[in-house]
Amino acid sequence: MRLIDAATITATVAELCQKANYELGEDVLRAFNEALEQEISLTGKDVLQQLLENARIAREEQVPMCQDTGFAVVFLEIGQEVMITGGDLYEAVNEGVRRGYRDGYLRKSIVDHPLRRKNTGDNTPAVIHTRIVPGDKLRIVVAPKGGGSENMSGLRMLKPAEGVEGVKNFVIEQVRAAGPNPCPPVVVGVGIGGTFEKAALLAKEALLRPLGQPHPDAEIAALEKELLEAINNLGIGPQGLGGRITALAVHVEVYPCHIASLPVAVNINCHASRHKEAVL
Amino acid sequence: MPQIRLTTPLTDEVVEKLRIGQRVLLNGVLYTARDAAHKKMVELLDRGEKLPIPLEGQVIYYVGPSPAKPGRVIGSAGPTTSGRMDPYAPRLIALGLKGMIGKGKRSPEVIKAIKQYKAVYFAAVGGAAALLARAIKSCRVVAYPELGPEAIHELIVEDFPVIVVNDVLGADLYDEGVKIYAGR
Repeated sequence: MRLIDAATITATVAELCQKANYELGEDVLRAFNEALEQEISLTGKDVLQQLLENARIAREEQVPMCQDTGFAVVFLEIGQEVMITGGDLYEAVNEGVRRGYRDGYLRKSIVDHPLRRKNTGDNTPAVIHTRIVPGDKLRIVVAPKGGGSENMSGLRMLKPAEGVEGVKNFVIEQVRAAGPNPCPPVVVGVGIGGTFEKAALLAKEALLRPLGQPHPDAEIAALEKELLEAINNLGIGPQGLGGRITALAVHVEVYPCHIASLPVAVNINCHASRHKEAVL
Repeated sequence: MPQIRLTTPLTDEVVEKLRIGQRVLLNGVLYTARDAAHKKMVELLDRGEKLPIPLEGQVIYYVGPSPAKPGRVIGSAGPTTSGRMDPYAPRLIALGLKGMIGKGKRSPEVIKAIKQYKAVYFAAVGGAAALLARAIKSCRVVAYPELGPEAIHELIVEDFPVIVVNDVLGADLYDEGVKIYAGR
């Protein structure tokens, strides 16, 4: 049994909220530079240069790369030998979000109720996904998710007979319909299989994988490559102003599913593909 | 690529010359407003009351900035999705609004109003919020402070970079751009 203090979790979450919003990952910067080489539209190139410059300013000045500093989506992988002391785990996470967004001058974008819509004023509550795993560590991933790209996501329960073609058509149509709205070049997370909610979670988790790292299964990796090429043939381009690079990556995750089902979820992330993690 | 430097307020003569794909550097005053502020303005118009900002020749920037760090004019300030303002925009354009800055496609009704009343829709680079904030030289709340980041702010900008997306001819860069690059 290993003890972890709730206060440590709060401090870690607060720091991750700020870092995620200020410092774009090296993998995303590399993808921007590769996109700049491949892009044939001058406007598209100009957009990519602005994004590289924007990321540099945000990191150097420790300011948010985007004014939409997102819904704080927090993944917790809790080792089964860990015991949390000194407070409620979820409250510790929410307190971390509260402090991170207040002290980091991040925008508070959460309303208390989907219909009454009063801003909570501190960007809480977070959306927290918890998984119990072997070991005595606690892994925390903070992935602030912007509203513009989240709104362009979707899920469909396909018939198994529609197969991989049905999956491809749905993913490509989803990105085409989104057009300029999710701030391309986007990262496309795809969840195939499981149940309704499992597919959505797989799609979200797919966004956490570093860009440039294909799925370990060769067949899925080939599907990712094929989808990326098809999406980049749509012509949407950076910011939807026309061009080659509509997506930086397509990440697919799969899970076993019911004999009657073929769920497919598409979670679109903007180019500010933000997530930071820590292991306690 | 060549850039056109413009100063607000914009006139019909200036707007008529703009074409999709042109890069523009805006100078002068911009007003910020998102859906909540638009809703309030349209409610005022419905009641026959005066708006808190002038519209004639003005440009509205669809943005909800992040809070300013101490010593700074404004926080990060990139465009939000314009489609949410589509139900309100034609009414403001008819009253003299000349320009809008945001990201994403506009409705056929907005595009029609842009053509009919000689206005322009610009895109700023979504997510380039730290970069765009550098072009904002002053910021003050002029209406609806209770809306927080969604309040109406008066910004003074210098060489604020935008791209013409919808012009007086009714053209749409989002449609034309895709046509040029699809399948290439």
